[in-house]
Amino acid sequence: MAQRIVVDPVTRLEGHLRIEAEVEGGKIVNAFSSGTTFRGLERIMEGRDPRDAWAFVQRICGVCTHIHAIASIQAVEDALDITVPKNAILIRQIMTATQFVQDHVIHFYHLHGLDWIDVVSALQADPKATAVIAQSISSYPKASVGYFTDIQKTIKGFVESGQLGIFANAYWGHPAYKLPPEVNLIGVAHYLEALEWQKDIIKIHTIFGGKNPHPNYLVGGMACTINVDNDNTLNMERLDLVATEISKAMAFVNQVYLPDLFAIASYYKDWTYGGGVRNYLAYGTLANQREKNNASDIFPGGAILNRNLNEVFDVNPRDLNQVQEFVDHSWYEYTGSDGGRHPWKGETKVKYSGPKPPYEQLDTNGKYSWIKTPRWKNQPMEVGPLARMLVGYARGNAAIKGSVDDALGRLGLGQDALFSALGRTLARGLETKLMVDYLKKSYDELLANIKAGDSQVFNPDKWDPSTWPDTAEGVGFTEAPRGALGHWVKIAQSKVNLYQAVVPTTWNAAPEDKAGKKGPYEAALIGTPMADPQKPLEILRIIHSFDPCIACAAHMIDAKTRQDLGNCLFF
Amino acid sequence: MKDSFYAAMRKRGYSRREFLRMCAILTAAMGLEASFIPKVAYALENKPRMPVIYLHLQECTCCAESFIRTAHPLLSDLLFNMISLDYMETLQAAAGLQAEEAKQKTMRESKGHYLLVVEGSIPLKDDGIYCTIGGRSAKDVLLEAAKDSVAVIAFGSCATNTCVQGAHPNPTGAVPVKEVVTTKPVIDVPGCPPIAEVIAGVIVHYLTFDRLPELTRLGRPKAFYNHRIHDNCNRRAFFDAGMFVEEFDDEGAKHGWCLYKVGCKGPTTYNACAITQWNNGVSYPIKSGHPCIGCSEPGFYDNFPMYDHLAHVPASAMPFDPDHFGKAITGLTVAGVAVHGVATGVIMRDRDKPDHPDKREGGRE
Repeated sequence: MAQRIVVDPVTRLEGHLRIEAEVEGGKIVNAFSSGTTFRGLERIMEGRDPRDAWAFVQRICGVCTHIHAIASIQAVEDALDITVPKNAILIRQIMTATQFVQDHVIHFYHLHGLDWIDVVSALQADPKATAVIAQSISSYPKASVGYFTDIQKTIKGFVESGQLGIFANAYWGHPAYKLPPEVNLIGVAHYLEALEWQKDIIKIHTIFGGKNPHPNYLVGGMACTINVDNDNTLNMERLDLVATEISKAMAFVNQVYLPDLFAIASYYKDWTYGGGVRNYLAYGTLANQREKNNASDIFPGGAILNRNLNEVFDVNPRDLNQVQEFVDHSWYEYTGSDGGRHPWKGETKVKYSGPKPPYEQLDTNGKYSWIKTPRWKNQPMEVGPLARMLVGYARGNAAIKGSVDDALGRLGLGQDALFSALGRTLARGLETKLMVDYLKKSYDELLANIKAGDSQVFNPDKWDPSTWPDTAEGVGFTEAPRGALGHWVKIAQSKVNLYQAVVPTTWNAAPEDKAGKKGPYEAALIGTPMADPQKPLEILRIIHSFDPCIACAAHMIDAKTRQDLGNCLFF
Repeated sequence: MKDSFYAAMRKRGYSRREFLRMCAILTAAMGLEASFIPKVAYALENKPRMPVIYLHLQECTCCAESFIRTAHPLLSDLLFNMISLDYMETLQAAAGLQAEEAKQKTMRESKGHYLLVVEGSIPLKDDGIYCTIGGRSAKDVLLEAAKDSVAVIAFGSCATNTCVQGAHPNPTGAVPVKEVVTTKPVIDVPGCPPIAEVIAGVIVHYLTFDRLPELTRLGRPKAFYNHRIHDNCNRRAFFDAGMFVEEFDDEGAKHGWCLYKVGCKGPTTYNACAITQWNNGVSYPIKSGHPCIGCSEPGFYDNFPMYDHLAHVPASAMPFDPDHFGKAITGLTVAGVAVHGVATGVIMRDRDKPDHPDKREGGRE
């Protein structure tokens, strides 16, 4: 008889996620993923000025704070056929790359790291031996015996205080931890370093967008005027700050993040669990053209089925038969027919059939989540860094292929190793390296463009709604750090009359479909051994490898909910 | 003065011998050798770090993201030397039952001594089904944690004014913290999100001075929410002089003029953005060329369109109608500079009069 265990809240992620898993014979035999928050941002969007939309949908998520706004302004610009000046494109790309780098580093150390790094074990480390290891894997200057002695002293003082704060009551000493104390100490030291560094790189957003989280954007360009001969605009001092943070970011990724990733991965090569649904989807990003299915794109789009890297399918978010959402196990219903709906035809009508809180267990035979079930051509798809790297690899993108082959070679692993929690975590790191290089490249391009005499950041031609057609529709599709992101908008008489988004965590955290096909989280958990079902370290490790973002995933509700089901806004 | 852990135990009738036995158990539970027992005992006999419980309710986590960006104090300083962040889903290592246990332990053992920080609104509609944690409604979780807290800090616009999910028609029945918690002081720290150093500053204020900060009449700390962004704006001189950006990236924008006419809500928004600035003082929206969207004010989403300017500027120092005045000078920069000089002179002279708006009560919140 399987034992049902519940992990709620799953911590170290954004939002409210609940996992119910059945454990039998020390192994997970079935799993259910449930998003337990719903915000219902529906009617709010209806009738709004499309130029304002980004500010609302940006608040879907404060972690993905930049990319929802980008998808939104791109959808509106697509609908209204607005051409964006080159400087604004470059600034947006700099901000996107910045977000990826910052977000991935935070994820590695602060959200995911403690699944692999045992903080208390670091107290047993020999600082001398730690320094030897640190110096052997990286040229990072903070690697002296004194440095590690100080860090260890800090942790000791903290532990001896008897108040473990964020480290309290965790899984220290769990048999799934494999790192020697010295590597744990390096991990803890860099947890602290990363905490300090992440607040600095984000200043790049502050320069261009005025603040972070939730910087500001503009349909038709950017609001940060460039005039290098003025004190109140983007001038050399402002740009120099960006350049300095980029240099620091490159150093941090190359000297801290990647060496740590490889060092830690080398101790977990045998932990091959967490594979999941075998299908991968990417829309692609950092390509100027609107369709992104080319190998030469920085991150190409495409779909891979059944782990077959010899065939990549083109993805078209406008095709009504490709991306669809189902609600068989979600707390919604469709009017009339069952089955999938493309976002353009979408509907989000609440039908809560779960237990009244407080409750112990969900009825997983029925509906059990606020997250819908998206499918690409009826298949469950994993999205995120692993999907992007696999799609790029399969498309023959030279930079991505080189990076993956090199990493597998260094770790002595075959391609199959990628299809796991570890593979996901590795792909995220490799992607960060490509992103930080791209960040530098975009900055150099921006400066070259300004030097050539172009200071335009905004195209005013279609700012005035009187220049817009009576009706228009557009799609903004890109990649968030957590995976493929699409926003769909319809505009009528200068107002939003339909707005929808299908976001990364909706793909990954989805409940099963009508045919019983599991979502990526659920599928990845099945088959994983648990040393102690009361201590869900293995579950956390697998779920965190996806980097969940639940506020993004829970759908917004229809514009007129129970009266008019035509206009939906859902996430 | 808060009790140390040891003092609290003695009050509850435990002997010193029992206390030391507990220290030994605790030391072993933390995976430490017996030689650490005296150190653990010493720590528990002395002033503990302030326990803090941080709840995430119906929100987007932007406040937590802002919180971790604090530069002074550094987050590591705050976490390791000032507070004991015993529950915060975004950062804590434990999950599920173990996370809940950690929270229960703090509520039990630091009864009346812990700070409660809340990010997010509380959806009251339909028995609270729109936000559950551990199978319990957000309201339930909040009321339980607030009951024995020393005070509640409502971080961000969700917790103070329900932000985007509370905009018309508020489909989940979201309410701010102060509508649910009525038996404890609730300090509102609005903004979407609030500035990192403001978030940390409110906590450290309490730790340092052992008292809650003084509040404005809207219940916000005066140290950060006493003035309008307009009052300290780096583009204020251009507002006073009637020199406006008429369209993004225009000549006025290239000169860094006032953003009032492209929708700036700075004149009606009380926040520290123009003084403290964001991300360790780097910039704030207006400085980076985008109008303030008014994210710390109740109902700001229902005050859009974002790029339409305010109908009325309260307590304006400007003696003329910007709609007519600004256009005249942006077309003619040279004349604008001359007018600027004159207008500034007029304003400076007017400011000395006792009935000038800046001197009246209406000039403040």
